[in-house]
Amino acid sequence: MMSFFKSPLFGISLILVIIAATLPWYVSGYILGLLTVAYYFGVFAMSWDLLFGFAGEVNFGPTFLIGTGAYTAGILNNHFGLPMYPCIALGALGAVIAGFVLALPALRVRGPYFGLTTLVAVLILQSFIVVFADLTGGEIGLTIPDVLSIDAGVNYWIALSFMVISAAILFGLSQSPVGLVLQASGQDPVQAGALGFNIVKHKLAAFIVSAFFSGLSGALLVFYFGTASVGTVVDIAVGVQVIVAAVLGGRRTVLGAALGAIFLIVAGEFLRPTGELATFIVSAVALVVILFFPGGFLGSVLSREARS
Amino acid sequence: MLALQILIDGFAISALYALGATGFTLIFGVSGVLNLSHGAIMVAAAVAAWAAASVFHLDSYSGALVGVAIAAVLSLLTYFTVVQPIQRSNKIPNEEKEIFVLTATLLWGIMIQEAIAYFFTNNAKTVLPIIEGVVRIAGIRTPANTLFTAAVCCLVIALLWILVNRTRTGKVVLAASMNPRGVTILGFELTNVYVVVWIIYGVLAGIAGVLLGMFLGVSSYSVGPLTASAFSIVVLGGLGSVSGSLIAAFVVGYLETFTAYMISPAYRSIPALLLLVIVMYIRPQGLLGRR
Repeated sequence: MMSFFKSPLFGISLILVIIAATLPWYVSGYILGLLTVAYYFGVFAMSWDLLFGFAGEVNFGPTFLIGTGAYTAGILNNHFGLPMYPCIALGALGAVIAGFVLALPALRVRGPYFGLTTLVAVLILQSFIVVFADLTGGEIGLTIPDVLSIDAGVNYWIALSFMVISAAILFGLSQSPVGLVLQASGQDPVQAGALGFNIVKHKLAAFIVSAFFSGLSGALLVFYFGTASVGTVVDIAVGVQVIVAAVLGGRRTVLGAALGAIFLIVAGEFLRPTGELATFIVSAVALVVILFFPGGFLGSVLSREARS
Repeated sequence: MLALQILIDGFAISALYALGATGFTLIFGVSGVLNLSHGAIMVAAAVAAWAAASVFHLDSYSGALVGVAIAAVLSLLTYFTVVQPIQRSNKIPNEEKEIFVLTATLLWGIMIQEAIAYFFTNNAKTVLPIIEGVVRIAGIRTPANTLFTAAVCCLVIALLWILVNRTRTGKVVLAASMNPRGVTILGFELTNVYVVVWIIYGVLAGIAGVLLGMFLGVSSYSVGPLTASAFSIVVLGGLGSVSGSLIAAFVVGYLETFTAYMISPAYRSIPALLLLVIVMYIRPQGLLGRR
């Protein structure tokens, strides 16, 4: 852990964060808005990486956790008039409960079965949102009366500091003894269990941490957007984007996931002039990275560093 | 009256599901690959059949053949450009190949979907039916093509059964699903076996896609739901078990049709999803699966 503070990675991340923090003084509001969304996505991708990269569980339904957090916060704010910050906290709590409920059956099964269970959870959530349209706004979406801030710079700083704090906690966790046990149980559950570690307990903890950050980030995102809709926080396409971001940035690196998310959102925007081909190009790039650099952006850099 | 309508419609949609899921489960059984570009290949077949008939003015038979051929080609492309490089890669640790195949085929599916949307727009397309007209079964007006769809599905599944169980090629495929190493030692080239399986898969997915295009119509938005339904049917039946998939396809097909007719089309997919969760909880290996 201490060696991290001396490694070049820490220095680079520190410089990047300082540069990112000064952006509002010389960059247009449009770019700030783009990066704000990218930072929330970064947290989605990092919490997904904790579950997949370390616990070895393929969670196809990151949006089940994100969506539960987002909609819990949104519904409490819209229908019950609760102030914003309690809503955000309760949204995160809602996501943790959802994560717990999902983890109980899901942890009994492994591999593709686990993937499917999480995928089905998203589909069920999506169906319920459409069916209970009175409460959730259905396919049109839910209007959120409160907003985080009307100033693009303040919104940007909230998102940035939220991402940096989450990154510090998640990265710290992944490097801690708990993270090592998770990694061991992901790679060889039988052997890790034989060494005396309670795998189910560790995986459940990973699930809950992942759910907490996903839900918190989802809740913050809807208060930034001022609306919660299936297309932005629940749809499977959003989940795919989170997964691609994490794999692209480098699995098992946590920080890489955030880089991948920022890259994905910014690249999607740069490719906007190509119109409908943008998604095609981003997917193709992601596929090439997966096929030829399976370690992702950060994974390739880190392994080169380790070799030298 | 309504019961009969549910029986007929449910049978056609179940047979279609069965056809789509059979190929999917075959690939998993033989090479351990869950192909998440499944829905995209089905839609590509349907759109190709539609384009052949309405843009290039072929008749509906040749259109359907074009669709099936496109699916077979796409299926082979999937194997050679996406699946094989991952399976042979020495940079990816073995225990992570599964997730890499899942992610890569998912991305590949999105690429196909976006290419379809780019060239043929997102609009829903209905493939011209091969057989026109309406048949009356005990007073129920049924499009003749619905019956044709059901018949073709049953016929193709029967042919597949004969192919796998009664021919030499089929027996090699079956053996490869049980013990790939043993097959290699006996002197069969494993890559050839996989190529055969992916072609069979492509043809099955193609036929299912074209028939679906006639029955319900498809658009590039159907890609995700189609993959998800094939995935859930296959898991419900037990991964790798073809007969399990067939049973599961009929369970899901009838459950959906029943819900759509008796409750509301909006709730169509919910009971099947809940059933899936319950089965996962009580019997994680699926109805007929082996662990």
